[in-house]
Amino acid sequence: MSVQVDNIRKTFGPYTALDDVSLQVKSGQLTALLGPSGSGKTTLLRIIAGLEYADEGSGRIQFHGEDVTEMPAGKRKVGFVFQHYALFKHMSVFENIAFGLRVRRENRPPEAEIADRVHKLLKLVQLADLGGRYPHQLSGGQRQRIALARALAVEPEVLLLDEPFGALDAKVRKELRRWLRQFHDEIGLTTVFVTHDQEEALEIADEVVIMNQAKIEQIGTPQEVYDRPATPFVYQFLGNVNVLRAQVLAEARARKPGSIAFESEGQVYVRPHDIEIVPYAPDQPGIAAVLRYIHAAGPQARLTLEQVQTRETVEVETSRVTLAGLDLKVGDLVNLRLRQAHSFTDDYTI
Amino acid sequence: MSIAAISLPRFSRRVLPGFGLSLGFTLAYLGLIVLIPLGAAFIKAAGLSWADFLTAVASPRVLASYRVSFGISLLAALVNGVFGGILAWVLVRYTFPGRRVVDALVDLPFALPTAVAGIALAAIYSKNGWAGQWLEPLWVGTVHRLAGWIPWVDWQGWLGKTIAFDRAGIFLALTFVGLPFVVRTLQPVLAELEPELEEAAATLGANRWQTMTRVILPELMPALITGFALAFARALGEYGSVVFIAGNMPMHSEITPLLIITKLEQYDYRGATAIAVVMLVTSFVLLLLINLLQKWSRRYYRV
Repeated sequence: MSVQVDNIRKTFGPYTALDDVSLQVKSGQLTALLGPSGSGKTTLLRIIAGLEYADEGSGRIQFHGEDVTEMPAGKRKVGFVFQHYALFKHMSVFENIAFGLRVRRENRPPEAEIADRVHKLLKLVQLADLGGRYPHQLSGGQRQRIALARALAVEPEVLLLDEPFGALDAKVRKELRRWLRQFHDEIGLTTVFVTHDQEEALEIADEVVIMNQAKIEQIGTPQEVYDRPATPFVYQFLGNVNVLRAQVLAEARARKPGSIAFESEGQVYVRPHDIEIVPYAPDQPGIAAVLRYIHAAGPQARLTLEQVQTRETVEVETSRVTLAGLDLKVGDLVNLRLRQAHSFTDDYTI
Repeated sequence: MSIAAISLPRFSRRVLPGFGLSLGFTLAYLGLIVLIPLGAAFIKAAGLSWADFLTAVASPRVLASYRVSFGISLLAALVNGVFGGILAWVLVRYTFPGRRVVDALVDLPFALPTAVAGIALAAIYSKNGWAGQWLEPLWVGTVHRLAGWIPWVDWQGWLGKTIAFDRAGIFLALTFVGLPFVVRTLQPVLAELEPELEEAAATLGANRWQTMTRVILPELMPALITGFALAFARALGEYGSVVFIAGNMPMHSEITPLLIITKLEQYDYRGATAIAVVMLVTSFVLLLLINLLQKWSRRYYRV
């Protein structure tokens, strides 16, 4: 089931949470709404779910071509999973999952079928033995999987997850998000999840929607948004980035014989791993910089350098083998070359 | 291996100092304020012979007063549970002009001398009072009609003839004094109830009524029971407001605390303490039962 969001606007008093947002979620895909807090991502998810209504006369929400803008949450056939699980504490795990079936007025399944479906769902979320437990007896990861099973019990056509791993510790978080990806591949349900963790979004989503200040900045596959950020915000938000003055770059390039000196104002974005360190030579192109720190813990070495001309710092990532080959000490003068950089008007390489 | 090697240190070190001091203070305080006076009642009552004790606590007039006191207190606490619940819900869930004023009004029964409340209620609900002149004919008519429909129940005996100076008046006074207990115990719990629970129920297809009865009420139950127990206990002990509005007819609208006072005024101290002991033990057992019920209702929250 595809989800189509057209020109949705949402204000809370003087505060604009969503400013004319449009989005198309393709059927069967796992889509991440990614953005910093206050970017409007959760509001958008809640409007899709029907837990919040868009401003009067602003736009439409369609599920597979059907207009659901005014439809209450319970009729939309969505499954919603909350950050803090929102399990019913006074019900056993079994009853939590069965809740959506029991409250049905029409075509409420008979007791045997309810039990059968709950057990199937428990098996699906790999917690088959925990039906009799109460939520407080479960770990955070288990609770979130029960919340997922509960949402799936009503056979939703769209699954919506609001920061599903936000309340879990780092290790469980990683396990659970990989599990969610596998799980999604098995059941193939159109899924939208909200996260502020770019690593999470880039790792498991088919498509990433990056939001900032009530607007969508970019929509694309993880690779697209990482390699070809559409705006400076996306560049800064997805991973580390150095912001260099275009002026410096122009001068660095000018030192290369035959290259054209061009005037350029503004800023250039370059990722730490897209900078190459070469030994300093005054007649060679590149940005002259002094090495200040080496952080060599981890698979990659991270170097902090200071540009000679502007005294601004630059972060560089390089493999430890390359670093050993260069034989650098703190205080050494080097040249920096950019393999790939963005200025949002032109791409640079030196 | 020697025994000494595995013996535990006498005092385990605590991060928070002052446990001994504060516990000692607590026990001394409770002893002086609560236990010694209650113990004295038991000792005084023990001076009676078994037969005298029974005549004091089980005479028909005293038995009738137990029915009035416990019955109407229970009823008032139940009604407070429902309407106090609604009041707390409105105060927590909605913002409206004057909400803070209403919120402050809830505390009035705590602060007002109960005699004032009793006199005010009696004046307002009596036959010529502001509310009484309209409500009394309505009440009398209702009792009359009930007697017409179901004649084998002694409606007038149960419900009384009038509002003020009858059983209905006792009920009014006891509802008045018990209300803040329910509202004040429910308010913080309601305020902390996660809105996500209701939203989860809504996305799962539950309607408002199902969400209310299956999700919200069970979550509130422990607090509701606590509020109910407090209101009930308060109503049992209430004296000041009730005597002004009860009419105090023997065998019909006489509350047990009033009988105790009556006996005191007749210098029958032992008889008075005997009734007090019965009240105490019964209240204790009832509150114990309510506490067990409360514990049962909290069985899901053990961490």
